[in-house]
Amino acid sequence: MGSINLVGVSKSFGDVLVIPSVDLEVNEGEFVVFVGPSGSGKSTLLRLIAGLEEVSKGRIEFNGQDMTNLAPAKRGLAMVFQSYALYPHMSVRENIGFPLKMAGMPKSEIAAKVQEAAKILNLSEYLERKPRQLSGGQRQRVAIGRAIVRQPKAFLFDEPLSNLDAALRINMRLEIMELHQQLKTTMIYVTHDQVEAMTMADKIVVLDHGNIEQVGSPLDLYRAPDNLFVAGFIGAPKMNFLTGGEASRHNATTIGVRPEHVQISKSSGLWTGKVGVSEHLGSDTFLHVNVEGQQAPLTVRTDGEVQLNYGETIYLSPEEDKVHKFDNNGKAIR
Amino acid sequence: MKLRVLSDYPAIVVLFIWMLGPLIATIYYSLIRYNLLNPRIKGFAGIENYEFLLTDFVFTDSIYNSIQLLGSIIGITVVLGLLISYLLDQDLYGGRLLQLVIISPFFVMPTVSALIWKNLLMHPVNGYFTYLLGLFGLPPIDWFADIPLGSIIIIVSWNWLPFAVLVFITAQQSMSLEIKEASKMDGAGHLAFFFQIYLPHLGKAIGAVVMIQMIFHLNIFAEIFTTTTGGPGTQTTNLAFLVYRKALLDFDIGGASAGGIISIVFANIVAIFLLRMIAKNMNSD
Repeated sequence: MGSINLVGVSKSFGDVLVIPSVDLEVNEGEFVVFVGPSGSGKSTLLRLIAGLEEVSKGRIEFNGQDMTNLAPAKRGLAMVFQSYALYPHMSVRENIGFPLKMAGMPKSEIAAKVQEAAKILNLSEYLERKPRQLSGGQRQRVAIGRAIVRQPKAFLFDEPLSNLDAALRINMRLEIMELHQQLKTTMIYVTHDQVEAMTMADKIVVLDHGNIEQVGSPLDLYRAPDNLFVAGFIGAPKMNFLTGGEASRHNATTIGVRPEHVQISKSSGLWTGKVGVSEHLGSDTFLHVNVEGQQAPLTVRTDGEVQLNYGETIYLSPEEDKVHKFDNNGKAIR
Repeated sequence: MKLRVLSDYPAIVVLFIWMLGPLIATIYYSLIRYNLLNPRIKGFAGIENYEFLLTDFVFTDSIYNSIQLLGSIIGITVVLGLLISYLLDQDLYGGRLLQLVIISPFFVMPTVSALIWKNLLMHPVNGYFTYLLGLFGLPPIDWFADIPLGSIIIIVSWNWLPFAVLVFITAQQSMSLEIKEASKMDGAGHLAFFFQIYLPHLGKAIGAVVMIQMIFHLNIFAEIFTTTTGGPGTQTTNLAFLVYRKALLDFDIGGASAGGIISIVFANIVAIFLLRMIAKNMNSD
């Protein structure tokens, strides 16, 4: 019902080429996350799929049918916007029912569908309120409600959680995942937050400068990043990169070691370093260690109870089988 | 604590003198016999001036004309203003320039615009409209004789349409792009968007335009003076022009003052019913 296929899609605004050429397959029922830094073209790509921007070149197919030039409303997609884009003068009921009203559905049917959507999203008590009388999380739910009543072929989310506070964000993240499990509808979700991408996605699409850097499951990307960009973008804290002698020892230009794959010792190890700033999170501690011969400090994850003072000398050893190697083009060597 | 009005509230004192002085003078003149053509008629008149005015058919006509002017001009400027600003909101080629052109009539002063319309456009012999009608073989319209009030409505509406457009354009800029896009995704076409999202969004701006125009159009004078001078007959005499006629054509200061007081009352009736309704609507959210 909801597979989406991009074939050689490119987009330019005037002379500026934003998306050179993208090929992508989104399967039925998949939760796909577009992730990348700001300006990576992830939102533009989503808007191309939604039909809010015109494709400069290439094709967009839904279920094998060409939909490249179809009006947004005719595509059978629903979108949740960053600012929620609720209609301020309409009540929650009218907001959720608006797409059905536009589709010319009879009133009794609209009422029933709105009721149903409100029940799924715990909005039943708020149906008569105006958007400005709702909290951020409730507004978000209304926006989702407006999307689900149409029973779209796919949902498009454009950074829907970035206006919420941290606690609510985690809650809504779970709710959206729960919703996906219930509805089993294809979802495309845009975010700049790699944690959201890792936790929610069936498939992550990492974008940079309008190019797809890598597509894969969260763990695939974590275990085997194709290039330096993906390696640095996926995983928190960031992967450490080392160059020079350490790298050439592995026959690579750059090597990468994740903070969680470094052993620390007070007596012996491969690398010698001085403890810099440490961040205590309770469960974990992130140490910033200045290693001899490396310009940038290495981040090392260790358990929460470790006691090390600023300036203390420690020894680090990477887990050899988890070292990522990259050639001088930034491509992974496997 | 002693209330020292003069030193504590100087602005209010000035305002009261400023406001009440002329009002009291007008009320005083409206109650005496005061005709510049016949200085020997004088003394307290009581409600005679009012009685004379209220029973005059010119007065009823002028009230009726005032209301007609007000309603038609506001109606035309708001409806056309909404349509034009909605059009300007679309991605038009040269939209910026168009905006400037549409707003420019507002800079033309009323006397000048009235003269332009009278002599250049609506003149029954040399007017451009006559020429246009002639192209289709139609007889010319003698605008100020055939539809005098309509002509004035057209002139003032032309002058004030830019004001409405300007306010609406400013108001529509506060609508977020995402709402427009959301409505597009929800399947709202131009008509549905205009009536269900655009109009409610501009509710307050429409209220403001109606309110401000109501204040200004109650005393339209220059356009009437330069084109029809209130005629033919009383067809374009509104309250403001009636007062002028009493005072400066009939030299009846007492009667003119009574007319002035009546127009204040009339304006207040309009204010109480309409302005309050709109102000309430504007404060509601």
